[in-house]
Amino acid sequence: MSSPDYPSCSDYEVIVRLKPEVLDPEARAIQETLTRIGFAGVKGLQVSKRYVLSIEDQVANAAGHAEQIAREYLANPVSETFQIRKL
Amino acid sequence: MKRFTALGAPRIGLIDFPGSNCDRDCNDAFERHFGIKLIPVWHTEHTLPQVDAVLLPGGFSYGDYLRSGALAAHSPIMGAVKSFVSKGGAALGICNGFQILTESHLLPGALLRNRGRRFICKFVNLAAGSGNSVYQKQLGQRALRLPIAHGEGRYYIEGEGLRRLHDQGQVAFRYADAKGQANDESNPNGAVDNIAGIVSENGRVMGLMPHPERATDRLLGGSVDGLAVLDTFLSSFM
Repeated sequence: MSSPDYPSCSDYEVIVRLKPEVLDPEARAIQETLTRIGFAGVKGLQVSKRYVLSIEDQVANAAGHAEQIAREYLANPVSETFQIRKL
Repeated sequence: MKRFTALGAPRIGLIDFPGSNCDRDCNDAFERHFGIKLIPVWHTEHTLPQVDAVLLPGGFSYGDYLRSGALAAHSPIMGAVKSFVSKGGAALGICNGFQILTESHLLPGALLRNRGRRFICKFVNLAAGSGNSVYQKQLGQRALRLPIAHGEGRYYIEGEGLRRLHDQGQVAFRYADAKGQANDESNPNGAVDNIAGIVSENGRVMGLMPHPERATDRLLGGSVDGLAVLDTFLSSFM
């Protein structure tokens, strides 16, 4: 499906988050606050960043292109993982 | 401590990014105490002037967008810095400069949000690690007291990389207590193994979160231990 914003493009969603073994103080703060204000039963909470890349359809191997952008730029392989999908 | 005249002074490039805010402090420290006027280099440049070393100052380059140091790591000038370092050039990255060096893969690891979530601005004690770099050799026997000022200074590297850092003697500074002991209480930000600064394998690239340039005048906090660190940086290429 074409990008809703750019008809000559397809959208690729990249979600970047810290690796599970890496402490995320922001996620912990949010989760602790949820518990404190009365939202019981929240066992876990992840924070991630979502990017949407609108890539020109004429780009060869657009999916690979998007993945390369995510791997080399949007995510830091030292501390983060990413998921990518075409919207 | 070294003191230079204008003619004999080393040439140090001061890499300026939009959002760098410790550049003037660095220049002031080097000029007043060592007689070295730093050479400003704007981030849009593709080449370095003739320099003996480069200095990446602290600040919030590119507003810390994407990740601290990530956009700066891809700025035009960093191609020239990488090339300079790959030929054995010396570099010092302070705070945001350290973040830029890791994001540029000139130093291993990453700097993440502080464990306690807060921006921390205070003096800390440091103990030098063991290794063969000039930093460890010159500073290994003394306790240092330097200020930190960061929200994302928690050094992180996975287990294998951490072992390699220790095995190769690349841990330059660790957060410590007043007796020089690195422990959890003296770890301000949750850095793995209390790591505050590391050096590259060849010992010529140094990144640290504390600010040596802010500890060069007794009027500003009492410690002048930063002078020893800056002096050692000069030794790394002179």
